[in-house]
Amino acid sequence: MSGYNFKEVMSKPERLAPGHRMCAGCGATIAVRAVLRALHEGDHAVIGNATGCLEVSSFMYPYTSWEDSYIHNAFENAGSTLSGVETAYRALRKRGKLPADETFKFITFGGDGGTYDIGFQSLSGAMERNHDMVYVCYDNGAYMNTGIQRSSATPMYADTTTTPVGSHSNGKMQNRKDLASIIADHDVPYVGQTTMIGNFSDIHKKSEKAIYTEGASFLNILTPCPRGWRYNTAEIMKICKLAVETCYWPLFEVDHGKWILSYEPKKKLPIEDFLREQGRFKHLFKPGNEDLIVQFQAEVDRRWEELLYKCAR
Amino acid sequence: MAIKERMSGNEAVSYAIKQINPDVMPAFPITPSTEIPQMVSTYIANGEIDTEFIPVESEHSSMSAAIGASAAGARTLTATSSAGLAFMWEELLLAASNRLPIALALVLRTLSGPININCDHSDGMGARDTGWIQIYAENNQEAYDNFIQAYRIAEHKDVKLPIMICQDGFITSHAVENIELLEDEKVKNFVGEYQPEEYLLNPGKPISVGPYAVTNYVMEGKKNQLIALENAKQVILDVAKEFAGISGREYGFFGEYKTEDADYIILLIGSAAGTAKDAADQLRKEGVKAGILKLRVFRPFPAKEIAQALKNCKAAAILDRCESYNTNGGVLGSEVTAALYQNKIMIETVNYMYGLGGRDFTVEDARGVFEDLRNIVEHNAAPEQFKYIGLR
Repeated sequence: MSGYNFKEVMSKPERLAPGHRMCAGCGATIAVRAVLRALHEGDHAVIGNATGCLEVSSFMYPYTSWEDSYIHNAFENAGSTLSGVETAYRALRKRGKLPADETFKFITFGGDGGTYDIGFQSLSGAMERNHDMVYVCYDNGAYMNTGIQRSSATPMYADTTTTPVGSHSNGKMQNRKDLASIIADHDVPYVGQTTMIGNFSDIHKKSEKAIYTEGASFLNILTPCPRGWRYNTAEIMKICKLAVETCYWPLFEVDHGKWILSYEPKKKLPIEDFLREQGRFKHLFKPGNEDLIVQFQAEVDRRWEELLYKCAR
Repeated sequence: MAIKERMSGNEAVSYAIKQINPDVMPAFPITPSTEIPQMVSTYIANGEIDTEFIPVESEHSSMSAAIGASAAGARTLTATSSAGLAFMWEELLLAASNRLPIALALVLRTLSGPININCDHSDGMGARDTGWIQIYAENNQEAYDNFIQAYRIAEHKDVKLPIMICQDGFITSHAVENIELLEDEKVKNFVGEYQPEEYLLNPGKPISVGPYAVTNYVMEGKKNQLIALENAKQVILDVAKEFAGISGREYGFFGEYKTEDADYIILLIGSAAGTAKDAADQLRKEGVKAGILKLRVFRPFPAKEIAQALKNCKAAAILDRCESYNTNGGVLGSEVTAALYQNKIMIETVNYMYGLGGRDFTVEDARGVFEDLRNIVEHNAAPEQFKYIGLR
């Protein structure tokens, strides 16, 4: 992996064309464009996509925003669908039915609903079989396409439409599933957790590594959703930065079994700094709810310590 | 020279797969179709074919991966039964609407519950509205012959639809019978190479598959699927004719056995046709003009042709091996009587339910059906429109 040149990377031709219908300030499209910029020039790709915001907004018949070949199948099977495409590539190449000098890469995108929940089995199968593909989860922490219902990626106490805050409810009761760890435990060659931060070198390098590592790779990308998180759309980069600086969303990778911490904040910020920016956590700042923030912080700390331990091994 | 062998239905279909050597096969085991992926895996393990086998983690994923592989430009197949097909249901619709010529070897088995591994047609009939072509076999020979013809039909430029090649679980899939196989070279030439027009792995010509479509486009998409199914009728006949040229075995939408002058006809699907033919033979010797119409092509449904074939008989029994729970009869009962009515053929009909969950259907049972038909015609007995055979 060569050094990162911001100007050079950002001047690459877009592989997700403008004109799609994603919301202003949506994290998913920024993540998708960042991942696709890691494809080397001249390499083809087949992009897979689970049903979700990204799919219904980027390929609305008869228009497509995808410069590469693209396949959407259903909600719960982005992993197995792309595993079929990747296998076809190997089969056709082996039989001389594809030009030997043309390289295809396989990248599939799913939201946390299509990845953590309904598509979990299909993802697990594709990873275990070690298809030469990248599964990218754009994790915005709820089923945003159907209107902000909780998922197993939703953080505790988030206000969603199926865990609404009310006189008898403080939002979601459970902690979020740690999917990156679960996929790392599949012993796939590469897992990376990242988000859009700074000069995008972290997301770019991890994407490039994921795409060009032989075998199955998984990227978990935090992608804020202005509708679900209720923040000022212009603040998306700030939100991502706070997620990392508070250690809510640590940046790390698991490269052939080796856990590597990508970034350690000089001074870990209190979790309130991340929560305060978002309407879905507004109730946590009401008088009397101080203990909820203490609990939230305790879980962030516990996970962070666990990650430090894994990375120190 | 044709090769004379003894094989089960599963072996016969696996042998056809070996001769075709498709590009990709995702599959997940389920009784009684499990032997097919096992045998294909063994062929691959022994270097007899170089199909890429994907040992997926579920049937939903086997059809999902098949869709991916087929859209990518690979000749693709899978095999399943019963709950496996039910689990694929959403994906069956997508395979058809994305116009992907995937072949599926369906070994027919009942659907739960109670869970039971034996034959009826609940799985195949349950998928009748998914947009797939469905061809049913009576025995191992037909299962083999139908599979050899499958890709020629599915991949035809006027069709481009997925195809199910169905045989009865255990009765056909596991029973060993004589069979006549074609030489490898003959099969290879007949099936030919798959040349997709548009596919994901076409360098420099990217495509997008599986769109969201607003209301303005959906009806036209569905109608196009219907047109393709209508086109499939002629293609099925053309391919059958060409197949007869290399095999000497003739196929149409259905097989007719002594129906030409028949007063009484039993219409049914699958392995029970053999039993019914025995009954017809016995009755013919007793002077009763009995005949059998064995439906081979269920989707597209040859309504007009069936009506024509039944028009000269006095009464017909329509046998269903799958409950539709509409309380008036089975799937064939509804569709065949609708075909008769639409074609203004007003013969007496009775719809029977038989063989659910592997319940035996005997020559005596078939004779009983013919006896019912005779009573209706000769004694003006009021026909009971919907009856269960062999119910305890």
